[in-house]
Amino acid sequence: MKLDRTSFAILAMGAILLIAGPQLPSWMVSMLNVSLCYGTVVLGMMLLMRNGIVSFGHGLYFCLGAYAAGLLDQMLKMPDMLLMVGAAVVVTGVVSAILGLLLAKYRDIFFAMLSLAFSMILYGLLVKTASLGSTDGFNVAAKTVGGFAVAPESQRLMVYSLAVVFATVSAFFLHSYLASHQGRLAGAIKDNELRVEYMGASVMRVVHRNYVISAVLAGIGGALMAVNIGHIDPEMTYWPQSGEFVFVAILSGTGSVFAPLGGALVFEAIRSFAYEYSPNTWQMVLGITMLLVMIFLPGGLWSLFTRKREG
Amino acid sequence: MSQFIAVLVDGIVYSSWLFIIAVGLTLIYGVMKILNIAHGSLYALGAFTSVTLCGLWFNAGLPPMGSYLMLLLSAILVGLVAGPVIERGLLRFMYGKDEVVLVLVTYALFLILEDLIKLIWGVDPLFITGPGGESPYSLLGNFEVAGLTYPNYNLVLIAVAVATGGALAWALAKTRSGKLLLAVIHDREVSAALGINVGRIYFVTFTIGAMLAGVGGALTAPTVSVVTGMGAEVIVLAFAVVVIGGLGSLPGAALGALIVGLVRAAAVHYLPEVELFSIYFVMAVVLILRPKGLFSGAEVRKI
Repeated sequence: MKLDRTSFAILAMGAILLIAGPQLPSWMVSMLNVSLCYGTVVLGMMLLMRNGIVSFGHGLYFCLGAYAAGLLDQMLKMPDMLLMVGAAVVVTGVVSAILGLLLAKYRDIFFAMLSLAFSMILYGLLVKTASLGSTDGFNVAAKTVGGFAVAPESQRLMVYSLAVVFATVSAFFLHSYLASHQGRLAGAIKDNELRVEYMGASVMRVVHRNYVISAVLAGIGGALMAVNIGHIDPEMTYWPQSGEFVFVAILSGTGSVFAPLGGALVFEAIRSFAYEYSPNTWQMVLGITMLLVMIFLPGGLWSLFTRKREG
Repeated sequence: MSQFIAVLVDGIVYSSWLFIIAVGLTLIYGVMKILNIAHGSLYALGAFTSVTLCGLWFNAGLPPMGSYLMLLLSAILVGLVAGPVIERGLLRFMYGKDEVVLVLVTYALFLILEDLIKLIWGVDPLFITGPGGESPYSLLGNFEVAGLTYPNYNLVLIAVAVATGGALAWALAKTRSGKLLLAVIHDREVSAALGINVGRIYFVTFTIGAMLAGVGGALTAPTVSVVTGMGAEVIVLAFAVVVIGGLGSLPGAALGALIVGLVRAAAVHYLPEVELFSIYFVMAVVLILRPKGLFSGAEVRKI
């Protein structure tokens, strides 16, 4: 694995966020924390979009990751943050490997619809499962990290640091993957699948692998979100949640792994401020932003940077 | 036995309701290739408008029977106002873009309309009831099947669904505009080259589609509490219906509505835990076995 400028920049970003954590005001820590969870999910969305695929059901893995984390606490009484993320990775990995076999053949609107159907199936199951709190969900609390107990007063900072670490590691590996031979096939598939097949690569296999990676990233994001918020409910797999991920991915653009992380922060900032100043119109603000980005910046916010560099 | 009949009656009523909502969605997709998420908001707009108009009607002390006119008027109003504004103001600039991009445009529109509704009508649940407690839902009396009582309003739903489906099928097959529409569906560019005003066809189609969403909302309003977020709930159901039947297919929407309606009614009566699950399970199974839906013909060659 060769390290380029971006890899170092990712590691530097992670280090800065970790060091700055204790000094930042608490509202900023919360905002960064949520953005990092979202950003991790959207990293996966970006990977799919590089293949020319948009999932309208990634809430499925976001929710599965969160429930995997929650059940570890609830049923197995193992409220360890690292184990929770590990459980999320295993569960989302297995489920996406199976569903991916079906989905990898689908494109465009049919991919969007089938992924939507899968996420709504989980929603339908969860809202009727009384033992998991139905529509109310249940609370999740993480008390240890890798076996070491965390003092309640440093809990928030610990959750934040963990989000920084996982988002950084995810972005780091995704960047290396995208730069690798296999990763570069994504763009080729978007351009022309037939050509990729003729050149000897299996489109199915690449799409399947990318789907599983993106699902696992969504699962990590979901588990981090569960311990961050401390509560999970079926809304995490309801379609507007999946729509929000697509929204952030469109807003960010697919130019670099920094785009989803930055885009998630911009999204969270817009949402917090719009919610603060006009609680009844924050969705409208989001919708108008989305339209403006799609019309004037089809490459997302990231294209602002690349354009400058080229010019 | 009586439970089986109850499933049938509930299923057919629910199917009719689903069809009224889904038919506009499938019409717009069939002609314009836009899978319109904002259809859910137009549905909600229809419901909220009818609450206001019926409220005005009841408050003016006019005969309660006229409230049905107000329901109809609400649907027409939504179609004639929201339809043209959205099509001319936004969608017209998006034609020719990727289908997925168009879905996202309508998703943005959905977010905007959801808040617009909150701004106009507030966030409290609303009901259609007159000063004496009259509601279009109960005005017509009841009917009995196998010992179970149903409001006659359900028959109105069935009648409207059958009439809408019949009228659309007739218009597509028998009228000149319908034939022009089919030509545009088949090949937009050749139709334009032959002198069909494609822009106008799109405009009219979207207006009719919006009106149908409004009809769905207006007819639903008397039966439920009208709340924000009702559009989000309905639009995925409508997606399930049109995807099962085949996107853009009129008989497909009817079949999809029947399947979803009966499956849900059976689930509600026999196994309430799987009510929502069953609908999306059917949707997933159909997509897996027949990705283009049950009513998809052979793909027309484009090259």
